[in-house]
Amino acid sequence: MGLKEGLRRTRARFGAGLARLVGTAGGEGAVEEIEDLLLGADAGVEATERIVANLRDRLRRRELNDPERLRDALRAELISILEPVSTPLVIPRGRDTPFVILVVGVNGTGKTTTIGKLCAQLRAQGRSVAVAAGDTFRAAALAQLAAWGERAGVPVTASSEGGDPAAVAFEALEKARARGTEVLIVDTAGRLHTQAHLMDQLRKVCRVIRKFDPSAPHEAMLVLDATTGQNALTQATEFHQIVALTGITLTKMDGTAKGGMVFALAERLGTPIRFIGIGEGLEDLQGFDAAGFVDALLAEP
Amino acid sequence: MFDNLTGRLARIVRDLRGHGRLSEENIQGTLRELRLAFLEADVALPVVRGFIEHIRARAVGQEVLQSLTPGQALIRIVRDELTTLMGERCEELSLRQAPPNVVMVAGLQGSGKTTTVAKLARRLKEQDKKSVFLASCDVHRPAAIEQLAVLAREIGVDCFPADPKDGAVGIAEAALGQARKGFYDVFIVDTAGRLHIDSEMMDEVKRLHAVLNPIETLFVVDSMTGQDAATTARAFHEALPLTGVILTKADGDARGGAALSVRFITGQPIKFVGMGEKTHALEPFYPDRVATRILGMGDVLGLIEEVERRVDRQEAEKLAERLKKGQGFDLEDFRVQLKQMRGMGGIGGLMSKLPGVSDLPKPVQDRMDDKELVRLEAIIDSMTPGERRFPDVIKASRKRRISAGSGTEVQDVNRLLKQFTQIQKTMKRATKKGGLQKLMRAMGGRLPPGLPH
Repeated sequence: MGLKEGLRRTRARFGAGLARLVGTAGGEGAVEEIEDLLLGADAGVEATERIVANLRDRLRRRELNDPERLRDALRAELISILEPVSTPLVIPRGRDTPFVILVVGVNGTGKTTTIGKLCAQLRAQGRSVAVAAGDTFRAAALAQLAAWGERAGVPVTASSEGGDPAAVAFEALEKARARGTEVLIVDTAGRLHTQAHLMDQLRKVCRVIRKFDPSAPHEAMLVLDATTGQNALTQATEFHQIVALTGITLTKMDGTAKGGMVFALAERLGTPIRFIGIGEGLEDLQGFDAAGFVDALLAEP
Repeated sequence: MFDNLTGRLARIVRDLRGHGRLSEENIQGTLRELRLAFLEADVALPVVRGFIEHIRARAVGQEVLQSLTPGQALIRIVRDELTTLMGERCEELSLRQAPPNVVMVAGLQGSGKTTTVAKLARRLKEQDKKSVFLASCDVHRPAAIEQLAVLAREIGVDCFPADPKDGAVGIAEAALGQARKGFYDVFIVDTAGRLHIDSEMMDEVKRLHAVLNPIETLFVVDSMTGQDAATTARAFHEALPLTGVILTKADGDARGGAALSVRFITGQPIKFVGMGEKTHALEPFYPDRVATRILGMGDVLGLIEEVERRVDRQEAEKLAERLKKGQGFDLEDFRVQLKQMRGMGGIGGLMSKLPGVSDLPKPVQDRMDDKELVRLEAIIDSMTPGERRFPDVIKASRKRRISAGSGTEVQDVNRLLKQFTQIQKTMKRATKKGGLQKLMRAMGGRLPPGLPH
C-alpha cells in the first residue's frame, strides 16, 4: 500500500472541501472552510488559528483571490511547517558499539508492530539487528514480539514476565556488543505519561542504557497513534522530558485519521518525524516526507 | 480526563456569572468560546456544530434572556444539553437472556479490547457473581489469544483454548458450543482490532456477530482519540448493531471529547470507562455526573461511592467500636486509614472528584500526589507495635531510630506526630455526643447544589 493510497480518504476530505471553496472564491467563507478542514484533521485550535491567520492577511490584501492560489498558499504554509522536521533516521555504518533505538509510547499505539517492521527493513538493508523485549508488563507481549522477531529473522532478548525492563535492556546490550550487532532496538511497555511510577521506570531504562554507552540511546523514538487527538502534544512533551525524544513515528495512517497533530508537534517540539505506518505488513513503514504528506493531504480525489 | 475542557468551561462560567444580563452579543461570544473549548477537547467537528446549534436555539429563546440570572440559566442549558448528549442515566450491561449471555467487543487496533474483556470478566465475576467464559477470536495479531488466556488465568475465569488455524468464525462457533455446555452465565468474546475501512475485516466481524448473536455488542474506543472517533464510530455502528460503548485509557489526561463524539454518532450509551492497567480498573459511566464534572462542579457522588466501596467495612466497624468504648485513635488506626486512602486512587484520585479543584493552579494540583502518604506510612511502619499504640513514649532517641528506619528526617517524624495529635483531637470531638452532627453542619455550606442535605 502506497502513501497516497493510505491517505486516500484524507485526500478525499480535503479535496471535497477545497472544491467547495471554488464557489466561495476566497474571503472569510474560504478561511472558515480551511479552518474546519484543519480542525477536522486534528490540527488543533492553536495551530489552526496560526496557519489561518497568515492566509487571512493575504486574503484581505486580495492576494489570494482565486481558489487555486489559495490552495497553493495553504500547501506552501503546511509544507513550511513540516519541512524542518522531515529528517530521516540515519544509522551510520561501521560503529564499534550497537546503535541503540529506544521505542516508547502510550498503550496500544503500535510499538511492537513498528519494531517488527523496522527490523524487517533494516534486515533488508543488510544490517544486523537485535531486539530487547522491554515490555515485561503486558500479558503475552513477549510472545507477540517473538513472533515478529521470527518473521524478520531477528534475535529477541527477554526475561520472564514481571522482570525488570532495565535488566533486559542491559543484557541485550551486552549480547549485542559481544556479537557485533549493528542495531539494537529496545521495546518498552506501553505507559500513559500520567503514571509517574512507570515514567520513573522508563528513566531507569535510559540510565542503564547510558551506563553502557554514554551516547546511547542514539534514537529515542516516540510511537504515536495517528488517531490520537490533542493529547498527542502532551504525550510527546511528557515523554520528551524523560527520554529526550529524537524521533517520532506516526502509526495507523492507513485509516481515516488525518494525523493533523503533526503541525502542532512540529511547531512546538520540532522533533523529527521519522516514519509513518500505513498497514500491517512487514513493509508498511515509510519514511516521512513533508511535501509528500501535504500533497497527499491536499491532492484532488 | 476532561480536565482541560473543565478548566475552559469553568472560565466561561465564571465570566458569565459577572454579567447581570445577557445580551445577544455576549451569548455569541460565549458560544464561540464553547465551540473552541469542545474542539480543543477533541470533540468531533460535526458533533460540536450540532451541539452549539442546540444551545444557541435554546439560549436566544426566552429561557435565558428573561431569566433573572441569565448566566446561571445558560450554564444550566449547557449542562442539560451535555447530559442529554451523553445519556440520562448510567446503563449497565443487559444480561437478561437465558445463559449464556453473549457479549462481544469490537474496535480499532490498540483501543484496549483485550484488557477491557478481562476487566469486564473480573467485574462480572466478583461483583455480580456470574460465571464467565472468555474466548479470543483474534487470529491476526501475534500472541493475542495467549494474552487473553494469561489474563483469564490471572482473574480466575475459564477461557476457550483457541487455535488460530480454525479462523475467527470457527473459534467463535466452537467456543459458543462450549459456553452452552458449561452453563456459563456470560460469554465474552474478544475480537481482532480492525480498521473500519478494511472491508474484509469488517465482513469478518459481521460474520462473527451473526454466529454469536450477542445480546451486547460493545464498541471499545480509546479516550485519547481525536476527530477520527466520529468516523470510526459511524463505520462500526453501520456494520454492527452496537449496544454500548466502553471508553478506555481514561486515567490519562486526555480531554475525552471522543466520549461525546461516539455517544452522539452511535446514540448508544457509554457503559464503562477503563481507568488503568490493572484488571479491577473499570468503572460504570454516570453521564449526569460527568456532565456536572465537566462543568467544574465535581463528582461528589462518585467520591462517596468510591469511599463506600473501598473502605474496609470490618476495619471501619472495628474502629468505630473502639472509639465508642472511649479507646483512643492510635497510630495503627492511622496507618490503616492511610492504606485505604491509597487504595482509593490516592489523594489525586480523590481530589479530582471534588468541585473547584480544577480551578486551582496546575502546580498546586501536581503537588497533590501520594509521596507524602507513602512517607507517612513508612514512618509508622518503622515503629514498634508498642509505639504505635502509645505514641507518647516516642522521645528523641526513638525518633532518631524511626527516622533512620524509614529513610526520613527527625523533623518528618515530628510532623507526623503533630498531625496525628490533631487528628486525635478531631476524632475525640466527633465521638462526643452530637459531635458528628456539628462537624457535618460545618461542612454543609460547602456541599455543591443538587445534593440532598
